[in-house]
Amino acid sequence: MSTATLPASNKSWVQKLPIISHLKMSSGLQRGMLVSGLILTSLFLSTAIFAPLIAPFGFAQSGDANGDFPRQAAPGGEFIWGTTSGGYDVFSRTVFGAQTAIFVIIAAVVMSLFLGVLLGLVSGYLGGWFDRIMVVLADAIYAFPSLLLAIVMSIVISQGQSTVFGGVMAAAISITVVFIPQYFRVVRAEVMRLKAEPFVESAQVIGASPWRVMITHLLRNATRTLPLIFTLNATEALLTLAGLGFLGFGIEPTSASEWGYDLNRAMSDATSGIWWTGLFPGLAIVITVLGMTLVGESMNDLNDPRLRRFSRKKAKRITQAGAGA
Amino acid sequence: MTITSPPGQVPSPLAAPKPAKQKGGGFLRYVITRFLLIIPTVFILITVVFFLMRVTGDPITAALGGRLTPDQLAARIHEAGYDRPLFIQYFEYLGQIFTGNLGRTLTDNTAVTDILTTYGAATLELAINAVLVALIVGIPLGLVAAKFRDRYPDAILRVLAILAYATPVFFAGLLLKLIFGVWLHWLPIAGRAGWQTELQLTTLQAPTGIYWLDALRSGNMEAFVNVTQHAILPAIALGLLTGGVFLRLVRTNAIGTLGREYVEAGRSRGVSEFRLTTKHAYRPALIPIITVMGMQIALLLGGAVLTETTFEWKGLGFKLAEYLTARDFVAVQGIVVLLAIIVAFTNFIVDVLAALIDPRVRY
Repeated sequence: MSTATLPASNKSWVQKLPIISHLKMSSGLQRGMLVSGLILTSLFLSTAIFAPLIAPFGFAQSGDANGDFPRQAAPGGEFIWGTTSGGYDVFSRTVFGAQTAIFVIIAAVVMSLFLGVLLGLVSGYLGGWFDRIMVVLADAIYAFPSLLLAIVMSIVISQGQSTVFGGVMAAAISITVVFIPQYFRVVRAEVMRLKAEPFVESAQVIGASPWRVMITHLLRNATRTLPLIFTLNATEALLTLAGLGFLGFGIEPTSASEWGYDLNRAMSDATSGIWWTGLFPGLAIVITVLGMTLVGESMNDLNDPRLRRFSRKKAKRITQAGAGA
Repeated sequence: MTITSPPGQVPSPLAAPKPAKQKGGGFLRYVITRFLLIIPTVFILITVVFFLMRVTGDPITAALGGRLTPDQLAARIHEAGYDRPLFIQYFEYLGQIFTGNLGRTLTDNTAVTDILTTYGAATLELAINAVLVALIVGIPLGLVAAKFRDRYPDAILRVLAILAYATPVFFAGLLLKLIFGVWLHWLPIAGRAGWQTELQLTTLQAPTGIYWLDALRSGNMEAFVNVTQHAILPAIALGLLTGGVFLRLVRTNAIGTLGREYVEAGRSRGVSEFRLTTKHAYRPALIPIITVMGMQIALLLGGAVLTETTFEWKGLGFKLAEYLTARDFVAVQGIVVLLAIIVAFTNFIVDVLAALIDPRVRY
């Protein structure tokens, strides 16, 4: 077993950051995927951050000084993406939806990362009955459709009724519970592997406490693959949120804007040929998930030397062509 | 692994009954252990779901809270036994499940197991259709992507696969409905069949509940066409999601097998590139698909809930969403537990199939 954990020295920390180092490693097609993913993701991020500046109206605003907005107005004029059956501006709701999405993603991923890593670390290092129970529990939850679990959790947290904060948190916590097993499994597997390494043994021999071994020796080595899971889970968090919203378990339209809920409302519009209420929130989901997945996928490929081959293959082709000539 | 030859005895490849015996016994033991593993999984899920659902309150208050006076409410709660200690309720619930009773819904007083028999077939049909679409789309395109690795067809297909993953099934459903239903008028946008066809099919003797099968058995081609028309859009919406996963799996694995020596050997014997890809590299690349299929079932069921709601496809997921809206949490809990059991059993079957095909899985 190689340790494979020694980072290349004499590089500034900036170049060792996950995405930047991947960008340098990549070439050709993979770089294209990574860069387009980064562009889409930053589009999403900036929309979320500057939502109040971009959106012409509030997400729950159905009228202004001139009276109520028209209902189901076609795109054009004052309402560039049209209005919904409730008289909301589709463009504003879609823009504000990015805010809800990012809040839920961050809350869900941070919470599940924290709990999942902690549990995986303790469970993998200590072993014994605690480990066995945790593994069975994590496997049981992992094998279960995440959307159903999220439904159960949102019933528990908000009884299906949502307030401003409660709705967002309910969605985030529901998603957290779904993701804890994933982080748990990855970290636990890494800890199990690292536990047998000499550097852990030597730390134990000089009398380091279990916590010290876990935090200083295992944590940093076991969390190398996490940026990848992070990006992939962020997309799943968003899809779960949208799924919950689509089933009517999201956030009330007056408390926040949520793309899945808007799509739910749009289903009945679609039968009468009104396409704009559903198309734009849906596209927002697709673009956001697409961007983050492209980043995650490229990072995955670049981490796996078997898949990181484009430049070498190209080099081979060039040498072969040179030899043939 | 477990069998070690006694010291001094040289194991000869000719007199080797041991590996053969280990193979048979290993497989049976694997099946039994794997089967026994279902029990804790289902048990844990039932326990988790039960306590989670009850921690915050009783289902009657949730369902009827605003509509009854506090006294009536208390009476109803007492009648249903929800005022007893939680642990007593829990053991009673476990006992009920053991005897195949998943409770009765609050809103329409139906047994949850009846919901399974009435609506389960629809979900099964949707799942089968979706897997068919996924296989038809995923495997050939995955092979194409592997063959043209790192060139344009591969790049386009990979982005399409990610796009299939990134599109929520209900958004895909919305677009399909708009394009093929509302604008082109090619296909119906909701339901499993026209009402006349549905009537014909339900009067059949011993219906399977899988409409196209029933229509075929009764020889009613008109009904079959009608049912197929209704099935196309939901199957595509859900199938593309899984198809994208299949595409990626086939691609990765076919890249692995295409690089093997035996493929090179076949090439040197003059086997055509098409045959090399579709025969030599394809078969071994399928094994991981079967192993990963277990994970896909959970994804498929979650997607089925959303797809059914999108297309008003009256299956388990559609009913689940209905009961969710009605805040009938007894029904929700029942259906969720039911789906947990289904997932656990399908995972078991998939794992056994995987072990049959790939001996390395057995331990």
